[in-house]
Amino acid sequence: MQLILESLFNGLAIGSVLLIAALGLAIVFGLMGVINLAHGELMMLGAYSTYVTQLIFKLPALKPFYNSYIIVSLLVAFLVSSIVGILLEKSIIRRLYGNPLETLLATWGVSLILQQFVRSVPLAYGSGFIITVFTGLIVPLIIPEHLISNKSKRYIKSGIWSISVLIGILTANYLSTTISKLGRASARNVDVTAPAWMRGGIDILGITFPVTRLVIIVITIIAVISVTVFLNRSVWGMRIRAVTQNRSMSECLGISSEKVDILTFGIGSGLAGIAGVAVSLLGSVGPNVGSSYIVGCFMVVVLGGVGNLLGTIIASFSIGIMTDLIGAGRLLTIWPEMPSSLASTVNFFATTSMARVLIFALIVAFLQFRPAGLFPQKGRMVEG
Amino acid sequence: MSIAKRLFLGLSSVALGTSLTACGGSNQESTCLDCDDEITVGILHSLSGTMAISESTLVDTEKMAIEEINAAGGVEVAGKKYEIKYIVEDGASDWPTFAEKSKKLIDQDKVPVVFGGWTSASRKAMLPVYESKDAFLYYPIQYEAQECSRNIFYTGATPNQQSEPATEFMYKRSPAAGKPFFLVGSDYVFPRTSNTITKEQLKSLGGNVVGEDYLPLGNTEVAPIISKIKKALPNGGVIINTLNGDQNVAFFKQIQDVGITPSNGYYVMSYSIAEEEISTIGPEFLKGHYGAWNYMMSIDTSASKKFAQSFKKRWGNDRVVADPQESAYNMVYLWKAAVEKAGTFEDNAVRKALVGVKFDAPQGPVEVMPNHHLSQTVRIGQITSNGQFNILESSNGPIKPQAWNQFEPTSKGFACDWTNSRKGERYRL
Amino acid sequence: MNIDTKRDPRISFFIWVVIIALIIATPSLLPVFRLNLLGRYLSLAIVALGVDLIWGFTGLLSLGQGVFFALGGYSAAMYLQLNSSGSFPNGIPEFFGLYGVQKLPFFWEPFKSPIFALIAIWAIPALVAGCLGFLVFRNRIKGVYFSILTQASLLVFFNLFNGQQRLINGTNGLKTDVTELFGQMVGSDSIQRLFFWITAILVLLSWFFTKWIIRGRFGDILIGIRDDEARVRFAGYNPTIFKTIVFSIAGGLAGISGALYTIQSGIVSPQFMTVPFSIEMVIWVAVGGRGTLLGAILGAVFINYAKSLVSEALPASWMFIQGGLFILVVTALPEGVLGWLQSDRPKNLLIRLGISKPIRTYPSLEAKGKDEVNS
Repeated sequence: MQLILESLFNGLAIGSVLLIAALGLAIVFGLMGVINLAHGELMMLGAYSTYVTQLIFKLPALKPFYNSYIIVSLLVAFLVSSIVGILLEKSIIRRLYGNPLETLLATWGVSLILQQFVRSVPLAYGSGFIITVFTGLIVPLIIPEHLISNKSKRYIKSGIWSISVLIGILTANYLSTTISKLGRASARNVDVTAPAWMRGGIDILGITFPVTRLVIIVITIIAVISVTVFLNRSVWGMRIRAVTQNRSMSECLGISSEKVDILTFGIGSGLAGIAGVAVSLLGSVGPNVGSSYIVGCFMVVVLGGVGNLLGTIIASFSIGIMTDLIGAGRLLTIWPEMPSSLASTVNFFATTSMARVLIFALIVAFLQFRPAGLFPQKGRMVEG
Repeated sequence: MSIAKRLFLGLSSVALGTSLTACGGSNQESTCLDCDDEITVGILHSLSGTMAISESTLVDTEKMAIEEINAAGGVEVAGKKYEIKYIVEDGASDWPTFAEKSKKLIDQDKVPVVFGGWTSASRKAMLPVYESKDAFLYYPIQYEAQECSRNIFYTGATPNQQSEPATEFMYKRSPAAGKPFFLVGSDYVFPRTSNTITKEQLKSLGGNVVGEDYLPLGNTEVAPIISKIKKALPNGGVIINTLNGDQNVAFFKQIQDVGITPSNGYYVMSYSIAEEEISTIGPEFLKGHYGAWNYMMSIDTSASKKFAQSFKKRWGNDRVVADPQESAYNMVYLWKAAVEKAGTFEDNAVRKALVGVKFDAPQGPVEVMPNHHLSQTVRIGQITSNGQFNILESSNGPIKPQAWNQFEPTSKGFACDWTNSRKGERYRL
Repeated sequence: MNIDTKRDPRISFFIWVVIIALIIATPSLLPVFRLNLLGRYLSLAIVALGVDLIWGFTGLLSLGQGVFFALGGYSAAMYLQLNSSGSFPNGIPEFFGLYGVQKLPFFWEPFKSPIFALIAIWAIPALVAGCLGFLVFRNRIKGVYFSILTQASLLVFFNLFNGQQRLINGTNGLKTDVTELFGQMVGSDSIQRLFFWITAILVLLSWFFTKWIIRGRFGDILIGIRDDEARVRFAGYNPTIFKTIVFSIAGGLAGISGALYTIQSGIVSPQFMTVPFSIEMVIWVAVGGRGTLLGAILGAVFINYAKSLVSEALPASWMFIQGGLFILVVTALPEGVLGWLQSDRPKNLLIRLGISKPIRTYPSLEAKGKDEVNS
């Protein structure tokens, strides 16, 4: 009983990291048909945002609130990743809709640039840049419509942008002078330290549940629920679903597909940022942190069936449980008197490296029976 | 959106790329004022890719050593003073690239010596290049040994200068003495070979290894390994850790959460965690665990303090020095001593002159042995909350290096001696 | 896509004389190091031809060609290791001693034979590619799903080779520089020069071979699959078989390329199976011009040459340049440099740059220049 529970928890823990990382990808891929190879790098940006937030919360003025920085960083990471995602959509991906293979190559190029960016540009300037874009994008939305007459629109816009640039430069300067760690570019991995309340574990039934893992599971659950509610209950969610089903018909009905695209991509990217927060709690934060997750995420999406959140959820938890069962050699513990020939095979795969090999083989085998994943999209096209 | 705009976008992204890094080039201003000539050496480490994090610290240290030598009058060979210049090449964390760049440094730049490498795999990739071209590589990292090339000079520790004393300490004198061992490592040659040696050594000591596991490089999901450890060591024990770089962060963060801590009787002895890594991982996760090195920043001698201070002065006050950097620092000075002793930059003469060269290193006196390794002092330390090692034990003077391990059955009874042409790479003792 | 310009036979004869003269003369013109680099880039051109065949002509974007490349490299290296391991203990390659292996693992045995090794270099990758391709294509998995699966298989093979120290020397890979061939060291200048010539000839042969493939009926079907697979199926052809065959051919080409590359770089290691390297192969073809075979060859050689030059001067900037190149080629030059030269002609460069206005003729031609999504 204890064994099953522990295995289940471990599987849940591994699976929830996979799920939160794959969730944004599933949305972008499933709803827009866009393969975003820079998804891992958006996660990395989320992780770096956590790091920057943590350092800011160490400043004397914010020190008393240090324990809650993780909640703030969830918001920051979501915003940072979605801003970068929106920029990406507006500048590159928009030109490539309908060409998934080209998108794949272009986003790979973006991922290389982002990786090198965090290596060669001090984080303070990166933060300044993000703040510039953020204010530049958000202020026009806040200003009441009637203040911007058609005539002065141009001047107001350029005015807003120049103020945003100024704010960005000032922030960058402030950060690089007050926090020396942000003022220098470094290829070195950095570390996010969880606040004290998140360290350690809780003992239930003789098993220790690490608090960090529990927090990640909770974050994942909240993210999944909010995404589901947003897509199924809100107006914009309805518009997104409409555009996914029939773009030209939705446009005829007055839905701005351009806005829908930006929104969908922004949400998907923002979820990557939240995944980045989760990942930063588990390991170190470095330029390569995202790329180690990306292939696993794609496997989740393919196994789950594209455009199906339930499939994504089931796929990530089954991969998680399988990883733990195979990788930790639990089969041998569950069934100690296994015949020796079988036992040696199980032992051969009972390392983390070989577990990955076996899991992939199982996924390919599974796709032989269900080529479109667990929950295939139903359609009447020739090519489903 | 017109094509022109598209083209502009693409071009500007390229232009952005180049302009961002344009300031990254190295400019070596002349530091040796009364030098007569120049000699160019090669530095070959990863400046990009996963290993850049670790290897860039070595480039910094080697540059510092070269600048120091130049400021002190350069290298004096056959009555002429040479200023040292360097060419830095990027191994890009890719083993074949290390081989390619080695060929470039030797064939095209014709450097007399290359300082380079970190991972064993990169060294193994470079080795045939240096052997087939009869050139000379200086390699600064502690490693698994079982190798003794005529064309490589190893300034890092061999297992009998790091892992063997550490295992013995853990088994006999640590708070977990006599308890079972679990071996964790990244999936590449150093952890695998080092753990093979540790297993043989524990067998002869009477210790018990209850499990071992390897994490693929680039994978940070350590949950299965942790559950294996908990299953194999229910009542505490020793964990020998040879994980690489950022995998350590995930490992130490997560073992603490499930109660694998010194206070519960679990002690981790790490072979790849030095001051640099402690500051990245955070001392709060490592406090109470152990490490074994030849050099530790907390060594309380003037040479050690001077080394740490000049490094901080050159590269920033928050930087730390650690064993691999000390080895890199030593090898530049040892090369200088050897060419000055030989009176020429010619490889074979330098190789001969190198053996027996002594140097007052930050760790204490070191000497080049006939097997192209260094005799070094071994220290075992416990990690403190300020990110330093509290040195618990240090060997009685320098320990002689063993290129061929004396616990592993296939290499037992062998040794290496390049001063005697009949002995060479591998001879029976 | 391909405009067949009928050249004067005398001119093409002249071109061929120049090419052959260059191949013969290069080894004495270039220093050993540069010659070696050139030889390696030429061998990469062969894998690029394979990528072009499956991506440029058939529309299958494989991100896992590194697997087949490495398999070819390993086959060559295993033979070379065995060929020169007579003097080591137990007569097996030296590295086995490190892990206490006494007996040669069974799958090494056949590589003792040079004929087997010569066949294995292309046959094993082709076979693996064929099997993998068949399993994937049979289920009509295509487009990005195919790309993702090939990428995942790359990771699997990487882990498989990386973790098996005792069978295949794990991360270290197998070295060939100090092994022997024809009684000489493989790393020696004379063998390397020989392999430069072999590589150059094989590049030409692979070029003719791929040209021959796409010229015929087979090639037409491949292009048909790329442009509209359903129609090909309705026309009575089974795309699965054609896709499997062409994927297998590309795998075989990758194997040959990997073997040549291994011998000239002196090592084969699981690093050949990392994700970035396989995607790089695609970018060589994309820049050179997909759907143009010559573009693939030139792309592979020039981009790698540029990479080595840039990384010598500014190591950190290569990532930016490479990333920018991906974006540039996809957004602004989708047909690659050679494709652009062939279809659009440089004289239209001014139009592209927006300096001079395109001549308006027919609405349909104008629409071609516009984007699908108006911004």
